Amino acid sequence: MSATAEAIIKPVFDVEAVRRDFPILSRQVHGKPLVFLDSAASAQKPVQVMDAERHIYEHEYANVHRGIHYLSQICTDRMEAARETVRAFLNARKSAEIVFTRNATESINLVAASWGRKFLKAGDEVIISEMEHHSNIIPWQFLRDELGVVLRIAPVSEDGVFLKDEFAALLNERTKLVSITHMSNVLGTIVPVAEVVRMAHDAGAKVLLDGAQAVSHIPVDVQALDCDFYVFSGHKIYGPSGIGVLYGKEELLDAMPPYMGGGEMIRSVTFEKAEWADLPYKFEAGTPAIAQAVGLGAAIDYVNGLGLDVIAAHEADVLNYATQRLSAIDGLKIIGTAPGKASVLSFTMDCAHPHDIGTLVDRAGVAIRVGHHCAQPLMDRMCLAATARASFGVYNTRAEVDVLADTLEAVREFFG
Amino acid sequence: MFDELRELYQEVILDHGKSPRNFRAIDPVKYHALGHNTTCGDQLEIFVDADDSDLITDVSFVGKGCAISVASASLMTEILRGKTVEQARHMFEGVHEMCTKGSDDALDGVPEEDADRLQVLSGVSEFPMRVKCATLAWHTMNAATKGEAEASTEE
Repeated sequence: MSATAEAIIKPVFDVEAVRRDFPILSRQVHGKPLVFLDSAASAQKPVQVMDAERHIYEHEYANVHRGIHYLSQICTDRMEAARETVRAFLNARKSAEIVFTRNATESINLVAASWGRKFLKAGDEVIISEMEHHSNIIPWQFLRDELGVVLRIAPVSEDGVFLKDEFAALLNERTKLVSITHMSNVLGTIVPVAEVVRMAHDAGAKVLLDGAQAVSHIPVDVQALDCDFYVFSGHKIYGPSGIGVLYGKEELLDAMPPYMGGGEMIRSVTFEKAEWADLPYKFEAGTPAIAQAVGLGAAIDYVNGLGLDVIAAHEADVLNYATQRLSAIDGLKIIGTAPGKASVLSFTMDCAHPHDIGTLVDRAGVAIRVGHHCAQPLMDRMCLAATARASFGVYNTRAEVDVLADTLEAVREFFG
Repeated sequence: MFDELRELYQEVILDHGKSPRNFRAIDPVKYHALGHNTTCGDQLEIFVDADDSDLITDVSFVGKGCAISVASASLMTEILRGKTVEQARHMFEGVHEMCTKGSDDALDGVPEEDADRLQVLSGVSEFPMRVKCATLAWHTMNAATKGEAEASTEE
């Protein structure tokens, strides 16, 4: 293929066109153009996602999986098509391995409550890392308190690098599960999950990967990774809130008892006993988030349309530029500098507490997150009470980074 | 760039935030508590020493916090010295009402000189996300004088 032909078929990334898909980005905050740098908390939604939800409600809405009328059938088809979209996105073997939940948090709780209660016992060890979000700490603490499971903590370096050798040293014959983030919401660190899975499997442990941050930045192939569970939330990948995903290997999901009881999850019920429905419905008691599932499908289609590699390259450019601009600010310290990190820039300033920084930059129309980011053990590890965090999505630009950097210079002058 | 924030970050706040007064521990001490701001993870430890008649002889604090929480704690340590524990609790009620509701008469009954100084905290009532920063030290002081070891702004 000639160089010219390659140039033509290579997707061209036009950030301004992308921005037009996100109507909220054209609004003002405190009289200034919105600069939204908080996508790691929750990403904004493109019109394609809103249209998909609106279309369902305007034309096709009914409850799924039970009506025999036309709308119920078509709505069921839409929801199952979204499940197939998720399956393809993660490259799972079967759509039966894709369970819809409310969010990544519920997905982890499901695994802890169902798989954990059935397969773990006192003395068994679960390894998490120092950079877990509270949602990947508390469910395992529940099991520790209830069953006597032992929690082991894999450390990170001062720079935020996942320490592989230290992790390896924690693995032993009592290790039953490694539950670890794919990407840190505070440091941006990408965990070498393929190696983690291999090492854990060699020790006979299962692996759950928390993909809440990763899925919007890194292509995920659960078969290539060979992870046992993978979880993420719809709202962080430009989809609706209220919908999340649990991927689990079929044989594991099959062996797990239901998490919640109710409608949709049974095959037959008498007052004496019930038989569970097939996967994935066994884990989907009650009327699911129908339009949100369809919206998630649309969000994944949107991301696929742009290309996750192309998105990642754009975000890396914005992150690198931001790292450069913020590093040049006197008294500003970047927290988390692991090689290959993605899309998250945590920092502190010696002149101002993160909360004060947040209040000031908000007045300039800049939305950043300040606080402990639901990762208090990591804050303790880094000897910090809080950080300010700018995080970048597909729609962010270098010009927005300039607004942030200029505003932070003004913050420095304000507090002197 | 931040002109409209001058009401929140008045000079007194910036000054006390940067150079907190009575930033030290008291040991031994009659009343002591640890306060958590659950929103941001900040912690302040408040020390209140008082004589047998509960007249406050010394007040101090240590910990980490934003300009507003540190300034509020610093001002509090200056104002409470020489007051009775009962007056201090009454002042807590007033400061709490001023910061949450922004009402002008919240500090009625507080000595005029003290009320004037505390007025600099009233700006937070326009910033709901920052009210807890201003009230953390006061919540903690109030809990300490009731013999509680810990306080949180959730209470």
